[in-house]
Amino acid sequence: MIALVDCNNFYVSCERVFNPKLEGQPVGVMSNNDGCVVARSAEIKQLGVAMGMPAHQIDPHIRRQCILLSSNYALYGDMSRRVTDVLSQHTPHVDVYSIDESFLSFEGFALETLEERCQAMRRQVHRDTGIPVSVGLSTSKTLAKIANHRAKKEKGFDGVAIMEPNSDDTRAFLEQLPVTEIWGVAGRSAARLRTLGIETAWQLRESSPKHLRKHFSVVMERIVWELRGDDCIPLDDMTQPKQQIMVSRSFGRLTSNKVDLHEAIRVHTSRAGEKLRKQQGLAQAIMVFVRTNRFRSDLPSYSKSLVVPLPHPTDDSRELVKAAMAGLERIFKEGILYQKCGVMLMDLCDHDNEQLGLLAEPQSDEKRERNKKLMATLDKLNCEHGKNTVRLGMPRKINSWELRCEHRTPRYTTHWNELAIVKS
Amino acid sequence: MSLHLSVLGRVDTTSPPLKLPLAAGEVRTGFPSPADDYLEAELDLVDHLVQHPSATYYLRAKGTSMTGVGIYDGDLLIVDRSLEPKLGHIVIMSVDGELTCKKLGKIGNRPYLIASNPEFRPIPLDGKECQVWGVVTHNIHSLAPGFSV
Repeated sequence: MIALVDCNNFYVSCERVFNPKLEGQPVGVMSNNDGCVVARSAEIKQLGVAMGMPAHQIDPHIRRQCILLSSNYALYGDMSRRVTDVLSQHTPHVDVYSIDESFLSFEGFALETLEERCQAMRRQVHRDTGIPVSVGLSTSKTLAKIANHRAKKEKGFDGVAIMEPNSDDTRAFLEQLPVTEIWGVAGRSAARLRTLGIETAWQLRESSPKHLRKHFSVVMERIVWELRGDDCIPLDDMTQPKQQIMVSRSFGRLTSNKVDLHEAIRVHTSRAGEKLRKQQGLAQAIMVFVRTNRFRSDLPSYSKSLVVPLPHPTDDSRELVKAAMAGLERIFKEGILYQKCGVMLMDLCDHDNEQLGLLAEPQSDEKRERNKKLMATLDKLNCEHGKNTVRLGMPRKINSWELRCEHRTPRYTTHWNELAIVKS
Repeated sequence: MSLHLSVLGRVDTTSPPLKLPLAAGEVRTGFPSPADDYLEAELDLVDHLVQHPSATYYLRAKGTSMTGVGIYDGDLLIVDRSLEPKLGHIVIMSVDGELTCKKLGKIGNRPYLIASNPEFRPIPLDGKECQVWGVVTHNIHSLAPGFSV
């Protein structure tokens, strides 16, 4: 069996752990730059604040009732790591799919023990991290995803829902589930399915896989098999794009030269961008780090990293480099002999699943197309003529590149001077 | 009365943030060091203070209600959320939306949060919106002025 574990209102839940006053309140977390609402508590949903809604478009009367926070990447990243740690204590097979979702395999576990196991796991995640999670179980990832949705919505499940692929209950549920609710069925393919007379998940499941493959692609065929309970999307495929891409390297010799670090970070970031485009992902944040040689106890030691959120999800090396440079600027310290530096692209999302509504400044299709071509050309040249044939030049002055995050809460778990305060 | 101290071992002051397993002298080039046989892992304070890393959080104490057990304003509390809270434990409690540090106790048959400073009255938990957030396992109190933790 496969379980999909999904954190409920993850960003809001993280905030509530350290500020219980937010419990029961309409809380929204805004995207980078405080542009749009990207995470919502149940209460703010009730007030009619939609996902991706630009903050300034919320009716002032409603807005006054809401607590809108800037996103706190450092906190969410740390809490996500803790949730994953707990999940790993329950099964060795944990695949992190996004910051708040993981697929778990329970292969080899007795079926009748799974519900209780998952309940115990769910209680432990809540106890150890304060984050509520929902668990969906089935024999395929697509059905596990649907089961998870039910675990979250239907009170009777108490957070853990099992969907046996061939039960009457599953059939009844799929018969009333619109195809648009199925993972991987986007708006356009849903419209085309409708022209074939396929509107519900059950109708899709009963369709001929071969027939659908002709009309659509192998992906749609796989969805049919998945709806029948056959696990046929390999986990490797599913975990693409990887959630993180890391590129780092040691310097040939220790250096205190800022230009060396600039140069290295630019090269590493470009390389990471290349990897990102290869797996067709977009990054939402980038981490930059520098460190000294920890074996040289005769020299001052220094190790620092910083997460820089990106203004919108991107795979454009120029934007990535710009952000990385801004990060480096903040953590670079004069008079230190550095040994190593690197970058990590974080919070990757899928090109296909890109939520356009979330972009703070949606790019025009034309501009988007042009950037894509430019990056593709860059990758091709570097691939055919050797690494670094074409490189990004010096970025523009970066001072202007500052994100707005006026309502960010303290980084409770990653900064000594921002810990949560308790009355004693 | 005298105070007895014993030396436990060396503190690893250069420890990297990542914990790596010790490869005990497996890769060798040249003449092996005769000291190798006596090498032991250095002591990591975190190993001693933290039993459940994913459930452990640091919080900052503010106030004077717990000075009786040695928790002073500005101290660093180590809190384990995975421990079962028991009577007598020092706990972090969320009371009416606010995190507070007190001793979990009973007066008569009713649950109370009890301060360890006579100037503060016990807080009855009956009829309050409250929840145990975690159990305080250690308090780090700095004795060197200007030396922050």
